[in-house]
Amino acid sequence: MGEILVLMESRQGEMRDVSLEMLTLAAGLAAVSGDRVTALVLASQDQAAHLTDQAAGYADSVLTLRKESFAVYQAGEYEEALAALINERRPGLTLAGHTAFGMDFMPRLASRLDLPLATDCLSLSMDGGRLTAVRQMYGGKINAEVQLREAPGYLVTIRPGSCSFGSGQAEPGKVEVRDWSSDPVTAGRVFVKYLETAGGGVDITQADILVSVGRGIGKPENIPLAEELARILGGELACSRPVADKNWLPKHRQVGTSGRTVKPKVYLALGISGAFQHQAGMKGAKTIIAINKDPKAPIFNIADYGVVGDLFQIVPALKDQMKAILKK
Amino acid sequence: MNIIVCVKQTPETVEADLTIGPTGRDVIRDDLVYTINEWDNYAIEEAIRLKETHGGQVTVVTMGGEDSEDTLRRCLAMGADEAILLSDDMFEHGDARATAQVLVQCIKGRPFDLILTGSQAADVGQGQVGLILAQKLNIPHAALVIKLEMENGAAIVHRELEGNMEEVLKIALPALLSIQTGINDPRYVSIMGIRKVRTKTIETMDAEDLDLTEAQTGESGSWTRLTRMYLPVAEKTAEIIAGRPEEAAARLAEIIKNNGGLA
Repeated sequence: MGEILVLMESRQGEMRDVSLEMLTLAAGLAAVSGDRVTALVLASQDQAAHLTDQAAGYADSVLTLRKESFAVYQAGEYEEALAALINERRPGLTLAGHTAFGMDFMPRLASRLDLPLATDCLSLSMDGGRLTAVRQMYGGKINAEVQLREAPGYLVTIRPGSCSFGSGQAEPGKVEVRDWSSDPVTAGRVFVKYLETAGGGVDITQADILVSVGRGIGKPENIPLAEELARILGGELACSRPVADKNWLPKHRQVGTSGRTVKPKVYLALGISGAFQHQAGMKGAKTIIAINKDPKAPIFNIADYGVVGDLFQIVPALKDQMKAILKK
Repeated sequence: MNIIVCVKQTPETVEADLTIGPTGRDVIRDDLVYTINEWDNYAIEEAIRLKETHGGQVTVVTMGGEDSEDTLRRCLAMGADEAILLSDDMFEHGDARATAQVLVQCIKGRPFDLILTGSQAADVGQGQVGLILAQKLNIPHAALVIKLEMENGAAIVHRELEGNMEEVLKIALPALLSIQTGINDPRYVSIMGIRKVRTKTIETMDAEDLDLTEAQTGESGSWTRLTRMYLPVAEKTAEIIAGRPEEAAARLAEIIKNNGGLA
């Protein structure tokens, strides 16, 4: 029987949802393979108890490594600890989130250990010691099955939100806490501080109706069209990443994993293809309406209503209709 | 300051209609338009801005077929000084690990202060090549960089985190940084600009030049092998509203009124 090691992700002492999602996914795999699942927590003295308890609510077994320098993620420290631990325990599979955290060390760790890695995976299956992962390509337009080369251990990063998690188990899992004493490693990289990216401005999370524009809006001159619709609806204007990247709208209006998470009554997506990072920020909207000229745009996979067509024909007509309705 | 930028030529697929080909392992590429990977465009722009401020040389490297020269010329037109094409039939069907093994052979003998890559490629999107390269070269790295400044010979780097947060790091050079979109506003490349660099030499290296064997590259040098492609299954089935724009708009107006609390 082998081990599935699941690396818990936390920030400023708080567990991230992706950690519990991965434990749920690992439990599903273990139920088939007979492997045991271990939640691995790296934490400072202050953080250890709280994070260990949270992990124990979802995992049969928790291993917590305690060291002051684990208080924040530091690439060198984490890589050394993980490499040492994987060499010691030889887990058949090690999971981390496909997040700013997992994306920053897993490829490096895999190269160092020369263990195969698949990133941004939605699901996994094990068949006769061979691991197959499902992941997306071309911005979510295609799913691909990827087989990892046969090896004594595999590394995988899991896309946040690809698995749901419940309220946890009645009996907490067994816990082992180890004080981790290793020489400090800076590896030429020092953490300075956290910053909030886009402070100030309008709080789009408070709006009941969001009119959100994506790449399909084409050019900044077209933004007032959407802005006017938002005004008629008494809503706010939001956007997807490409629009904020190009500075057509300020970053505080960006919806998605790196921007804001919104749950309006109505989310109207104009020319947004719907990459998973965007979906993660607006999936919780009560009603999702998408207008896009590409019938295969991933946004239609999560929309309630869709119009396949030219937003520059539909939005002006919609503005007129709304004006007429709201006047009544 | 000498900067090496690793770029990839990828198909534009945001608005393209993708069809899975007869092998079931690739999309049909005949009608796709290729250009520089969106993330890499930000990386090359960042490198050129650093050169404009601090002086030095920008070398752009790609692995791919002969047609990848278009992307290299585009980078030269933006202001890169040198371009290298790593091309060999042996390199085909390689994953991130196989690609990094080719890149490291090209880069390891060259002097550099900084290597920039895109955080991921628009096609495969594994987000691995840069970090594997950093490990093989034994230099520090940071992924998902959204701001970069030089200070007393070190890089002050802002890394994008989830939930509207970022972290600030100080990184010793030489280092590898993977660049996230939005870090800058990439300059426009005109056809005239590309014409001007038409006669610039592009250095081409194959497996032999790079001292690589078949086992290290392509599918045999890879960790992963794509076995099957299929179309994603919808989580919900959207009700598709058909009809002329006015008809569709009328139906949408009703839905927005009723569901948006405007009734």
